[in-house]
This record gives sequence, C-alpha cells and structure tokens, in this order.
Amino acid sequence: MQGSKNITINFIINDEIFNNITVPVRQHLGDFLRSIGLTGTHIGCEQGACGACTVELDGKAVRSCLILSSQINGSVIKTVEGLDDTLMKKVKEIFLKHNALQCGFCSSGMLITTKEILNKKKKLNREQIRTEISGNYCRCTGYQSIVDAIEEAIEDNIKDI
Amino acid sequence: MNKMILHDSSIRHATGQAIYIDDMPAQENLLHGALVLSKNAYGKLKKINSSKLLKLPFYSKIITAKDIPGENDIGPIKKGEPILAEDMITYYGQPVAVVLAKTYQEALYASSMVDVEVEVIADPILTLDDAYQKKSFLIDPIILEKGSVEIEMKNSECKLSDNFEIGGQDHFYLETHVALTFPGENEEFTVWSSSQHPTEVQHGVSNVLNIPAAKIESKVRRLGGGFGGKESQATIFAAISALSAFVTKQPVKIRLNRHEDMTATGKRHNFKVYYNVGFSKNGKLNGLDLILLSNGGNVLDLSGPVMTRALTHLDNCYYLKSIKAKGYVCKTNTVSNTAFRGFGGPQGMLVIENILYNISKYLSKPLDEIRKVNYYSKVNGLTTPYGQNVSKPRINKVLRQLHKLSNYSGRIKSVKSFNLKQIHQGYPFRKGLAMMPAKFGISFNKPSFNQAGALVNVYSDGSIRLNHGGTEMGQGLFIKVAQVVAECFKVPVDQIHITSTNTAEVPNTSATAASSGSDLNGMAAWNAADQIKKRMISHIAQLFKKSKSDIIFYNGRIRAGKNSMSFSELAHSCWDNRISLSSTGFYKTPKIHWNQDKLYGHPYFYFTWGAALSEALIDINTGESRIIRADIIQDCGKSLNENIDIGQIEGGFIQGLGWLTCEELVFASNGKLLTTGPSTYKLPGSRDIPRKFNVKLLEKADNDEKTIFRSKAVGEPPLLLAISYFLAIKEAIRASGLNARPELLNAPATPSEILKSIKG
Repeated sequence: MQGSKNITINFIINDEIFNNITVPVRQHLGDFLRSIGLTGTHIGCEQGACGACTVELDGKAVRSCLILSSQINGSVIKTVEGLDDTLMKKVKEIFLKHNALQCGFCSSGMLITTKEILNKKKKLNREQIRTEISGNYCRCTGYQSIVDAIEEAIEDNIKDI
Repeated sequence: MNKMILHDSSIRHATGQAIYIDDMPAQENLLHGALVLSKNAYGKLKKINSSKLLKLPFYSKIITAKDIPGENDIGPIKKGEPILAEDMITYYGQPVAVVLAKTYQEALYASSMVDVEVEVIADPILTLDDAYQKKSFLIDPIILEKGSVEIEMKNSECKLSDNFEIGGQDHFYLETHVALTFPGENEEFTVWSSSQHPTEVQHGVSNVLNIPAAKIESKVRRLGGGFGGKESQATIFAAISALSAFVTKQPVKIRLNRHEDMTATGKRHNFKVYYNVGFSKNGKLNGLDLILLSNGGNVLDLSGPVMTRALTHLDNCYYLKSIKAKGYVCKTNTVSNTAFRGFGGPQGMLVIENILYNISKYLSKPLDEIRKVNYYSKVNGLTTPYGQNVSKPRINKVLRQLHKLSNYSGRIKSVKSFNLKQIHQGYPFRKGLAMMPAKFGISFNKPSFNQAGALVNVYSDGSIRLNHGGTEMGQGLFIKVAQVVAECFKVPVDQIHITSTNTAEVPNTSATAASSGSDLNGMAAWNAADQIKKRMISHIAQLFKKSKSDIIFYNGRIRAGKNSMSFSELAHSCWDNRISLSSTGFYKTPKIHWNQDKLYGHPYFYFTWGAALSEALIDINTGESRIIRADIIQDCGKSLNENIDIGQIEGGFIQGLGWLTCEELVFASNGKLLTTGPSTYKLPGSRDIPRKFNVKLLEKADNDEKTIFRSKAVGEPPLLLAISYFLAIKEAIRASGLNARPELLNAPATPSEILKSIKG
C-alpha cells in the first residue's frame, strides 16, 4: 500500500480502445474492470481457484484476480459485457434454455470459459466438457445444466462451420 | 401455468447486467470498511490499539463497539450476540472493529495496522466432547421422547451402540457477504445487504442504532447464493455498515473477502452422535437411545431450531416405537454455526440412515430389507415421535418410480459381479450401490414464522408491479411468485414487474428459508392480486350490467358477455372509475401448531418425499471415491416451474455430496480455521458430479394440502438425498474385504476416513 505507484498503459476492452490510462501497479485486473463499471465480472475468492472472475485476455480465458491491471498493456480483453457476437448471443440463449444460471454470480466466468471451449471448434464429450470447466465453481446448479448447455452449444457451433 | 418459464434474471446474469450490491455505483463520498478480526479464540479484550492509523498517508477511521449508540446485540432468538467484540473474545476470527477508508484496498491495509490485545484466561473449548464434558451448553437440552426406551431396549433381541461424527460445511455462496448503508435525513437509513432476511436486518440495525424500525429501510434485489448462510449472519455486517454510516454520516460499504467470510461467518453445524439401538432379528427398531451434540459455536444464533429440526427428522421414513433423543447445543469457541440448507434435517436423517446401515451390516442383511420392516405404514404405525401423523406416506410411490428410472435390480447384480471380478483379479476398485428414501417436513417449526406479505400494484396502463417478503438468491422464487400473479390476472408473466425485496413495501416478513419461499410468498401474492381482481370484476359487472360470474379473464383480456377489453383498458377503466388498483396480501400457514417444550404437535403443514440411488466407486489403496451415477425422484407436488425445480434438485444434491465427501473444515489447535478459501476447502467441481445423473419429478403428484396451485417446496429436500452416496461408499467399503468396518466411517467421507474404515 505504502509506496504504491501508478503506471500508464494502453489496451482494448470489449472493442473499445483505451489510451493512456493510469492504473495502480498493484491493482488486480478484476478490481480494475469493476472500477470502470464492468461489474459483470465478479470477484469470488481472489486466489485464482473459483473462476468467477474469468475474463478473456488475448484470446485466452484467465483469472482476472491473478493478473495485475498493469500487465495488460497492449492487450485485448473481453468481459461478459462484450459477449455480443452472433455465436455468444446464441450460447447465452442456450444457457437460458437449460437453466444453467441460478444466482448468476459464476455465470460471467462460466460464459468466458465456454467461449474459450468454442474457439477450439472441437467436438467434446461430456467428460471433456467437465474437465474444461473444472476451473469454474458453481454452487447452485450442480453443473449438470451447464454441461448440457455447453454440449448443445458445441453441437450448434460445429454445425455452423 | 407455463412450467418452463425462465428465471427472470437469467438474461441479465448472462450479459453482466444483473446488479449485485457490490456492483451498485459508488457515490463520491462512499467509504469502504474492512474488518479487524481477533487472533485468539478465547480471552479478555484488553485494548484495541489503532495508533498506527494516524501515521497512514490516507484517511482512515476505526469503529468499535464503543461507537454503538444502542445495544451491541443482533441475536435473532436470544440476546447477547454482539456485532463487534466488547469485553470478551469468544472465537478466533471474531470481528473486533471495522476500519473505514476511501478505497477498499486502503481500508484493508489500515485494518491490518490495528493491534488487538487479549488476555488469555483459559483454554478455548474447540471440540464437542470437550464441551459436553465441561457442560458448556448454549441452552438446556432439547429432548424428544416417546415410549419407554429402557423397557424396549431390555426386551430387544439385538443391541448395538457406537458413535460417529458429522462434519460441518461452509456455505461458499459465490458472492461473499456485502452490505451498503446510505444515511438519510431525520435518522433515516437505507440498508442494502445480501440478506435472506431483510426484516431481521431492519430490526438488528434498529437495535444497534437505537432508532425505530420505521426509519430503517432494508432492501435486497438479489443474492449471489445464500443457502442459509445469509439468514441471520447478514445482519452482523449490515449492522456494522449501518453503524459506520451512523458515525461518519457517509454511505459505507462492507464487503468481506473470501478469507474473512469463511473465518467470521457461521456454517452448517457439525454433530457428534452417541447411540444405543435395540432391534429384532429381522431389523425392526424397538428402542433408540441417542445423544446428539451439535456445535452451536460462541453464541446461540439459530442453533436451537436447528437441533429441533434434527430431532424431528431422526425418524425419516421409519416408524419408531420408542425413542429418547437428547440434543445438546454445545457452546464452543468457534464461530457461531447457523442455518444451512436442510437446517439440521440432513444431520438428523444421516443419524437414522447410518444406524439402519450399521444394523444391516450387523445382521448381514441388505439395507433395504431393514428399511422395509420399519417404514411408516398402516401396519407399523403412522405417527411420528413428535405426534404428527404421516397421513399418506408416498414411500412406495416414490420407490416404484425410482426403481423404474434407475434399473435398481439389474444394477445390484452388475455391481456385485464388478466387485467379484476386482477381488478375483486382485484389482483395487470396489463399487457400492445404495438407495435412500426421504421425507422432509415443510414449515418453520416456530408457527409465527409461517406468515408472509405481498404488495401488488396495477397501474392504469395495465402494467403490474409485484413486491413480496421473499428474497431471490438464485433459486427462482421471484419468477415463481410472478407466475402466480400472472395466472391470477391471466396475463403474460413479462407483464409483471419484479422488484427488490424492501421492508418499506412489505413489512414484518420471514426469512426466505425452510424451503418455504414460494409456499408463503406465492400465497400472499395471490391474495393481493385476487383482491384487485375481485374489485375489477365488480366494476366490470356493473359497467356492462352482467353478473360477476359472467366476467372471464383470459389471455391478457377480460370478457363480459359480448363485451371484451384488454387488461390495460380494464386497468384504465378502473382508475377512471376510482377503483383502487393496489392491494397488500397476507398469508399464514394453516393447521400448524407446536409445543417446543414437549417437542410435540403438528409442526409441518405437509411432507415432501423423495428417493435417490447412488453408485460409488472407491480405490481401496488410496481411499479415493467417485460417484458413478445418481438417480433421483423428488416430489414437487404440482410443480410451479419444472425447469427451476430440476435445477434446485440437481444443485441441492451436489451440495449434499460436498458436505458428505470433500468439504472438510480444518481448525488449528488455537481455534483458527485453516481452510479459508477454495484452495484448501474443496468444493464439488464439475468433475465431481455423477457421470450419469438422472433427475425426475415424481409423476402424478399433487399436494393434499391447499398450497399454491398444489405445488410443494423444493429448496432443501434434495440436499439430503446425497446421504444415499454416503451409504454407497459404505457399501463399497463393505465389499473391500473381511476386515472392513464401514460403521467407522465419519462424514465427510474423505480418502483418509475411507482408508480407516477399509482397514478396520
């Protein structure tokens, strides 16, 4: 805290360009995103284990509590608020249909992880889906509906290509 | 009713637009608080030294119990439950002070600069046996007694006595506790908190600030999970934020980080059980003599009712000829344990299931055979030990549907042959298969809690605003209640605007707990909507000179003979003719009565029924276990929303699996909880769920009692079906070798517990 410093960096979040933004060097990315109003990213444990704060950083799903905002210079970030392409809109509909969101707190991280799964454009069985989402805890659903939703989303995605 | 309507918030959850309390826009002068937690489990609080705060290069302010203008007490049942420690420290991690600053990071840093001096005067009490020996109890024992256990035991052909332990469980709602208070004029305070019980927050804040409840507005739109952990516990942090706002005259937010949340908030009660059971050679229970020790923690909180529910669920589906069960709520120097989905019911049912299992092993008979001779039936008896009649048990109906769903008989054979093959080839894997039926009583045991209010406003454009006392924590209560109102007016459900729970709109509410949310609030909302509907009918009958019975609501319209108009036209016409379009609604559960001193009466409006079959695979070398498959039938009556109910069942079952297998709370010898995050406290993850998971609602079910559209409660009952998996692990242990002693298995069935039982 004492002797904390700031750093000025550039990055892109949800297709919006941010130039010359000053951030505290010791602030984690999750806190930073929330501080600029992107509160769809939730903070669950701050030790990288629960997955609630997952965001996409340069195409990969990462825990925003384990990344410092000062590390994102030159990076492209996607949060739940930016999942508005055709594919992810469809995925969200599928999640809704399967009741894969209850309290909603894990949902943003779960959707980002789903995006990463879909980016691979590979058919996965349920066992593999469970492995892919094993870094995201959900305390409400028991995962069954989430696995159902991702299974359908993969089917749907592969069908489209 | 459309039974597949989506959760009202789901689209906002999926787009990041759902606002939790920590997401609310910060005001310019908002202060953040961080707690100072004690680092001793027991001792005299000598001094809180905050002198280092003065040297910090930023604003900070410490708030302690001395700043409280009213009473330092938020006890929901018994007085003496402080929000901040005053004279004594009574558990490791107890909030001692809160430090405020302009940012959370600054507050957190400043809070670490505060030194708490404690004079240690005695060793803390940390275990149930220690508390029992020292007679350290929070209340007098609660005793359930029926018949003469002594005589029945004496006359029994077989006897068993033993003890076992049942672990606690952290709620681990994904959203930690959070509270945000805005001070207003004339001593008004608006308190937003992640509470399942906004009325209790209102009263707690009122008591702490010594300001009448009418000036406190307690609100919550949604919680990121509750599971009971935000029933009474939320009041502590709401009151701390309100106190801070009172002192500083600024808005104050308290958000716990995960470590603080797990350290400073109550959990599911761990139990230790001592039993003597007398039974016949075919396994019929004659006498059950029990001592139940529950860990209440440092203060009472809700531990009394939790013990009562444990005692009144000891019978599960079985007729008990005689029983004497003494429940001791132990006072220890750990955090005060609290409500957690099932509220003692799961512990009570695990006790009887475990005992029946151990009898089956003793008699070398299948568990189901022991159950069969003990089920509630006309032949055996239909009266519970607490006097309520189980008028129409649905055990057979539930089991028939479970057998069909799970191919139970076929699977018994395949598990047997799997185990034989493993033994024959010298492989280390064993399977176990176990079924479990469940009966769960619906209603708060305390009759006065079984009431609810609602407020329905119809506006002159035909839009409808709904408010009620229930809270939305993901379980889908808001959409279920909105469906009820939509059904009353026969309008599409999206015409109902769902609003935040708010004590200023609907007062004197009960906690959203005991699975009762839709039963209570659904009925209250129906009552409110129906009053408006009746006024509308009178108006239209007069307008079109028709009899009231000719007025029909359908598809968002109203018809009176040949005349027809849309619901919006109807609303406007009512306004035009000065008909009130607003109504409160009220509901109290009928038929229930309860004598807490004698533990006797009719505490539950009705029972829900369910059954599960679980298949376990264990490695006898490592003690690891996996759930292979689970099949569940759950009685939801005529479900209000099948999609939502299935979600409750799946989620509840998996949460129960966590409680019984991997979630282990580890305390150090100084009382410090060592498992304060997901890195050390193992929650069920996506790979821990059954490979095959079949969940079905009981077919052809309704509710014999007049509940809202004859539906049944669903929140808690599925959790305790996970006991079937605990029994399946015991079956797998039993198949591991001749020395195996599955009766040694304590919950949670961690690998070390399983290994211990395998080795006998």
